[in-house]
Amino acid sequence: MAKFTFAGGIHPYDGKDLSKDKPIQDFLPKGEAVYPLSQHIGALAQAIVKTGERVLKGQKIAESGGFVSAPIYASVSGIVKAIEPRRVVTGDMVMSIILENDSQFESVKFEPEAPLEDMSREDIVNCIREAGIVGMGGAGFPTHVKLSPKEPDKIDYVIVNCAECEPYLTSDYRRMLEEPDKLIGGLKIILRLFQNARGILAVEDNKPDCIALLKKLTANETGISVRALKTKYPQGAERQLIYANTGRKINSAMLPADVGCVVNNVDTVVAVYRAVAEGRPLIERIVTVTGDAVAHPQNFRVPIGASYAELAEAAGGFIKQPAKIICGGPMMGFSIFDLNVPVTKTSTALLALTQDDVSMMEPGPCINCGRCVEVCPGRVIPSRLADHVEHFDEEAFLADHGMECCECGCCSFVCPARRHLTQEIKSMRKIQLAKRKK
Amino acid sequence: MSERLKVSSNPHIRSKVTTNGIMLAVVIALMPSAGFGIYNFGARAALVILVTVASAVLTEVLFGLYRKKQTVSDLSAVVTGLLLALNLPVSIPLWMAALGSVFAILVVKMLFGGLGQNFMNPALAARCFLLISFPTAMTNFECDAYTGATPLAALKAGEQVNVMDMVVGRTAGTIGETSVIALVAGACILLLLGVIDLRIPATYIAAFVLFAGIFGGHGFDPAYLSAQLAGGGLMLGAFFMATDYVTRPITVKGQYVYGVFLGIMTGIFRIFGPGAEGVSYAILLGNLLVPLIEKVTKPVAFGYGRGGKRHD
Repeated sequence: MAKFTFAGGIHPYDGKDLSKDKPIQDFLPKGEAVYPLSQHIGALAQAIVKTGERVLKGQKIAESGGFVSAPIYASVSGIVKAIEPRRVVTGDMVMSIILENDSQFESVKFEPEAPLEDMSREDIVNCIREAGIVGMGGAGFPTHVKLSPKEPDKIDYVIVNCAECEPYLTSDYRRMLEEPDKLIGGLKIILRLFQNARGILAVEDNKPDCIALLKKLTANETGISVRALKTKYPQGAERQLIYANTGRKINSAMLPADVGCVVNNVDTVVAVYRAVAEGRPLIERIVTVTGDAVAHPQNFRVPIGASYAELAEAAGGFIKQPAKIICGGPMMGFSIFDLNVPVTKTSTALLALTQDDVSMMEPGPCINCGRCVEVCPGRVIPSRLADHVEHFDEEAFLADHGMECCECGCCSFVCPARRHLTQEIKSMRKIQLAKRKK
Repeated sequence: MSERLKVSSNPHIRSKVTTNGIMLAVVIALMPSAGFGIYNFGARAALVILVTVASAVLTEVLFGLYRKKQTVSDLSAVVTGLLLALNLPVSIPLWMAALGSVFAILVVKMLFGGLGQNFMNPALAARCFLLISFPTAMTNFECDAYTGATPLAALKAGEQVNVMDMVVGRTAGTIGETSVIALVAGACILLLLGVIDLRIPATYIAAFVLFAGIFGGHGFDPAYLSAQLAGGGLMLGAFFMATDYVTRPITVKGQYVYGVFLGIMTGIFRIFGPGAEGVSYAILLGNLLVPLIEKVTKPVAFGYGRGGKRHD
């Protein structure tokens, strides 16, 4: 069998050994819970609770603000303390609902809407929409939108992104090992939406135990296959994942559905299962707390809205002074300057490193070595794009396909001159995307 | 938290490869050739190397003082000085060698913006500058160890050459070009470290062999072709000069085109030109064509052009 992979990519130190053998532990927050109204791509959710009101765990506190949006549910019980702007991992201030957690975790009763057999396509999509599910791998695109392509019968593949190619992250790995039945159950629910589709569980081959387990559990499922992908970053990038699994290519202007694919992350598919089969809205996720500065790296089941500061404490705090704290993985995560930010639907990890590679060296001149070209999964010339950005040459940037950058960070990682290639390209992409919206 | 945290855009980790590391690798990879040059031509070869490296470094330092920005620690001046020495005959007057270094660093590199901005390989440009300015000194390969012409000149004159001596390097020539074994050993270091790949050297050498076989007048005679391969600056040029990052195309397809172009130009210069040599001019000419080559070999961005083949 040919190796399932793509051209380009890198092999950074993966750091997964720190936390991969630590079973998922329940984390119960004590302090206030913060729910930013924007935890997804699309319109802000609208708060439907008032200050002073008591809410239960699992109660809806914000209604979705449009089709491309998602509702938000309380993950703890308590009094609504305030609705005010709070800082989120990106550094922005976002309007948030703040709950004073009463530590009772008094919950509404979760019941499935209807037996799965009786649910129509619309029922399932509505249920997913109502549960507030968004892409939990980091992008935060509302899942019900992804699952509502124009022509559902033209979808050939439902791919579950089990690659987890980001270094240090082990949350998906633990999920696959500990709750594979929910993962497969979630995939089967999604497959009900697309009658001509096959399911693919796409796992990087550095997780042979997951591959073996999933293969065993899907042995009798004719519509589902488990694929071992070559271990390489960014194998889990959507476009690269589709190519590795199907040989089909899309560019930044296309959607996976254009080539008959739907891609969802592990945690998202589990959330779909819990929403449809158990009637539970999205109120928790798995977060890896790791890095060489963390006392006890491990994986937690975290109520959304909990504070990163509490989460770090739960892992034993820091044994060494961290130089950099990152929300997410080291390749695409956000570095933060304040731990008092909330875990959201898209938080994958808290990574505390004692050494910051980026600030240790000054960028030098490009020596044209071509390493960025070799590793770029978007098949562009990152060094030239960065030159265009430095000269603010928008035309040249667009002509050289600057918008095809997926911001995976491979170019900056390999650059021997330590240029901030990804950052420069990313900033120009932001400018161009903002212009398009006008 | 008492201590301050570092904040930056992603990615937050970097590979261990740095510009300095790459330059150091090239210096180390040139050591076998430099060492053999000193062994072959005697202590004066060491003196020439010392003079070119020292004057290259000094020029960069002085320019740095003038521009109030020191760049000498990137080691690129050492590489340029070393490469220039390996391209000079051992008998060259030391002031000429020093002048070559000054030209390479000051005119070819720094005046165009420093490392990464030069459009010609500084060492090669300096060699050609010296060759045009001081043709007698630059083509005088007579020394204590050898008298008479270089093997390549002898070959062109229709004389018999000893290919075995050429492979080992026991012949007349510039300090660093004579020993194929030493050059290939150095190239292997760079290949193993991933500093260079075989795209340009392999296409360059293959295209040259093909050209020499067709137009050389000796057909595909193994003795003639192996003498052409082992003689002159071909190995030094193919592995250490044509692969110079700054002055070769950055696109993968462009590198193949560039290699083929160099092979053909070297063939033309060696076979139809007045001199026996052609590598330096071929590479410099290739350098000038790089922007054009890059323009026509721009890679196709992922998701554009032909769709990939389906394997399901």
